[in-house]
Amino acid sequence: MQFMLLFSRQGKLRLQKWYVPLSDKEKKKITRELVQTVLARKPKMCSFLEWRDLKVVYKRYASLYFCCAIENQDNELITLEIIHRYVELLDKYFGSVCELDIIFNFEKAYFILDEFLLGGEAQDTSKKNVLKAIEQADLLQECRREPPLTVCFLSAQLTTEKPL
Amino acid sequence: MPAPIRLRELIRTIRTARTQAEEREMIQKECAAIRSSFREEDNTYRCRNVAKLLYMHMLGYPAHFGQLECLKLIASQKFTDKRIGYLGAMLLLDERQDVHLLMTNCIKNDLNHSTQYVQGLALCTLGCMGSSEMCRDLAGEVEKLLKTSNSYLRKKAALCAVHVIRKVPELMEMFLPATKNLLSEKNHGVLHTSVVLLTEMCERSPDMLLHFRKLVPQLVRILKNLIMSGYSPEHDVSGISDPFLQVRILRLLRILGRSDDDSSEAMNDILAQVATNTETSKNVGNAILYETVLTIMDIKSESGLRVLAINILGRFLLNNDKNIRYVALTSLLKTVQTDHNAVQRHRSTIVDCLKDLDVSIKRRAMELSFALVNGNNIRGMMKELLYFLDSCDPEFKADCASGVFLAAEKYAPSKRWHIDTIMRVLTTAGSYVRDDSVPNLIQLITNSVEMHAYTVQRLYKALLDDISQQPLVQVSSWCIGEYGDLLVSGQCEEEEPIQVTEDEVLDVLEGLLVSNLSTPVTRGYSLTAIMKLSTRFSSVNRIKKVVSIYGSSIDVELQQRAVEYNALFKKYDHMRPALLERMPIMEKTASNGPTEIMQTNGETEPSVPDTKHLPLVTQPANQANDLLDLLGGNDVMPVIQTTLPTKPASAGGELLDLLGDLSLTGGPTVVPAPAPSVPVSQPPFLLDGLSSQPLFNDTSAAIPPMTAYSKNGLKIEFTFERANPNPNIAVITIHATNTTEADMTEFVFQAAVPKTFQLQLLSPSSNIVPALNQGSVTQVIRVLNPQKQQLRMRVKLTYTHKGSPVQDLAEVNNFPPQSWQ
Repeated sequence: MQFMLLFSRQGKLRLQKWYVPLSDKEKKKITRELVQTVLARKPKMCSFLEWRDLKVVYKRYASLYFCCAIENQDNELITLEIIHRYVELLDKYFGSVCELDIIFNFEKAYFILDEFLLGGEAQDTSKKNVLKAIEQADLLQECRREPPLTVCFLSAQLTTEKPL
Repeated sequence: MPAPIRLRELIRTIRTARTQAEEREMIQKECAAIRSSFREEDNTYRCRNVAKLLYMHMLGYPAHFGQLECLKLIASQKFTDKRIGYLGAMLLLDERQDVHLLMTNCIKNDLNHSTQYVQGLALCTLGCMGSSEMCRDLAGEVEKLLKTSNSYLRKKAALCAVHVIRKVPELMEMFLPATKNLLSEKNHGVLHTSVVLLTEMCERSPDMLLHFRKLVPQLVRILKNLIMSGYSPEHDVSGISDPFLQVRILRLLRILGRSDDDSSEAMNDILAQVATNTETSKNVGNAILYETVLTIMDIKSESGLRVLAINILGRFLLNNDKNIRYVALTSLLKTVQTDHNAVQRHRSTIVDCLKDLDVSIKRRAMELSFALVNGNNIRGMMKELLYFLDSCDPEFKADCASGVFLAAEKYAPSKRWHIDTIMRVLTTAGSYVRDDSVPNLIQLITNSVEMHAYTVQRLYKALLDDISQQPLVQVSSWCIGEYGDLLVSGQCEEEEPIQVTEDEVLDVLEGLLVSNLSTPVTRGYSLTAIMKLSTRFSSVNRIKKVVSIYGSSIDVELQQRAVEYNALFKKYDHMRPALLERMPIMEKTASNGPTEIMQTNGETEPSVPDTKHLPLVTQPANQANDLLDLLGGNDVMPVIQTTLPTKPASAGGELLDLLGDLSLTGGPTVVPAPAPSVPVSQPPFLLDGLSSQPLFNDTSAAIPPMTAYSKNGLKIEFTFERANPNPNIAVITIHATNTTEADMTEFVFQAAVPKTFQLQLLSPSSNIVPALNQGSVTQVIRVLNPQKQQLRMRVKLTYTHKGSPVQDLAEVNNFPPQSWQ
């Protein structure tokens, strides 16, 4: 995969993950053009389109478009499954995910994506494993934040970690 | 200072903005606060501030001042900091900025961290955006982690290694030992990423491919287990066990089995099994089947398996899911050359797809339909394709029209059918037809001698209906000019002859001259057609009048023609009948039609260069004369001795030195042989050797192409052919390509040669050289070299690039000897 974009029906970007090195200007240009192209597609059209020299796979879930650019030798149908798996992960994590969850917790959406894909390829094909890893990492983040009340008196001086 | 506002609150606030300006104001305020916070080196809230910055960056606002802060976060000991820091690095930094190299040390430390999630963050970042320098520095750490027993890290290290190899292919060897036991893993994550790593290595290096071929049995076994094993909740997707892994293994098998009989044999069974047992009700199953079909078609599979694969694709074509249909059409397009008959069986389904609503499916179906046309199905297919041409979107019309012409040319059952088909295309999609089809059609018409009357009649009728489609008008006026006498005499056999008088015909042609719809090229055609009728019609006075009127036309082209035709009437009237007589049958020597038909600005003239025609030859020759003056009239060519042999002399010199080295060191040395010049010994001997044999057209392989000009992104390559009847004529095709980002428009190529040569430039394919090598402009040059002197050329290039005109002169001296000998 070369990149993945999530955007709303009005064309607002909600997440962008690039697996190829491009300048900011190029990224903006590509994003703008691709968003326009995908939004112009009618509902009856198929989920694949040729764009520049890449294949683009997109799917709409509620109000969000999930759009991936893959290379010529990649399998389009399995990419649809990858997108679906990511949505399932988000769904499990947030509990019935909706666009607002991704807007307000964009950094978590990124963390989940980075736990599922690395360099554009799937790291783990088990939903359970990916979610477990995220959970553990979150705990690592949490455990130093609010110490249990019983010891807050003692460790009040130690804690400097603030929530985002 | 009060604590900076929290991320979620900022998001909430920004979303309440009702206008773009309001949003910008909020953002600017917050950015200022963040900037001062950064300046104060606030450790506590740095994480929060960078997170906010990342949000604003996603909205499209600049965030470069946070780059260094990300690095500080990465260096921090807190996990939250690292998480946001690495995220920021991946979003804000890229390998074009030197700043990113500062990360290297942090990543190195984190790769050895005690907490696996920190190691994971480092691997992820490196595998996502690591530059070549970083990869070189850290490859060792990645390799170490690839051998760890911790599967969480091992799977990430494998994908990180893939990235390293992509960036620095030379490091591939380094990962080889670690791959030894990768496939014996039970963990699916590690298996999946290992297969990805192996795929990458095999794709990049034939040695690796050979090395890993022995893994085929193991891969087959893993795949078999996946299919045969019972339900495994962890990896199940709609009843299929780990489809992602299955697809990946199939892809690796494809690469390993390609062009290797033994491996292909070993995977035959499992492929058949997957193909028959996979559930097709959901997309997952079809994804696996798709990959299986790709693999079967690519390896050396037995014919039964291939038929199975094509049948799967045939079933896909009938699927309701348009994605599946799309994928089927794409695959069929790839296999239609090799398994033509099998694909033919699905022809009717493919033709139905022409009516699909989806643009991509329609395009694929059209390409496939053209590939399937043959002598047997031409009539039926053409009916469907012409119907498609009528109703399709404009973006398809040009390609469809060209396809129809090609197919008609190859398989036309009769000349009349052929001409009817062409007429149909011209009338329905006339304005989308490519420019080079006009001369092609004219040649076709000329060669169908018995159909002349029928053709000219039909074309005349078409003209009466509609004069807006330029290619149609051009072909029609040409035909009327040629065969007007047949038209007026009402000789048509094929259909009811129409009654038309000479005056009516001249009315129509004159109408074209004055109409606003006619382009200058079309006007040129009409004027010449009128002129030709002066030998075929009796109303010569009327024609004389028309021609003299246009002698003062503003259009230089028309004016020149009219003046010359006038001269023909006055001073050269005795030559007029001979000059304007009927065209001989044109020979097509190469399959690319237009190169052999002589054209000057779109008009056709007899193919044999004839001195009588020199006055009629228009601009390019005149320009060539101008350029000759530029050359300074210097036609003294010290024949061959001084210029060409300098190269072989030095080459010979190098050879001698290398030989000298050989004798001293005894080690192997590579002698680069500059191909065209090495065989030159003494020119006269070569000439003796070659002049007795006529060189044939398709020995373009014998004359190597050359790069004539390469500057400022414009590259012009010359390819060579010999004109069949006359070995003194070299046919050079120029290919102009453009590597810059902007198109080069109004591109004009001019050439001049020394006085002993004669040069003829035919029309270019277009005058826009598209950017980024997306296409090329071709143009044919015919050089007559009766004295067999060394070919030299001066070229003048003019074009408009990014709005400003560019002009350049260059000399081309590096012609290979075969092109002028």
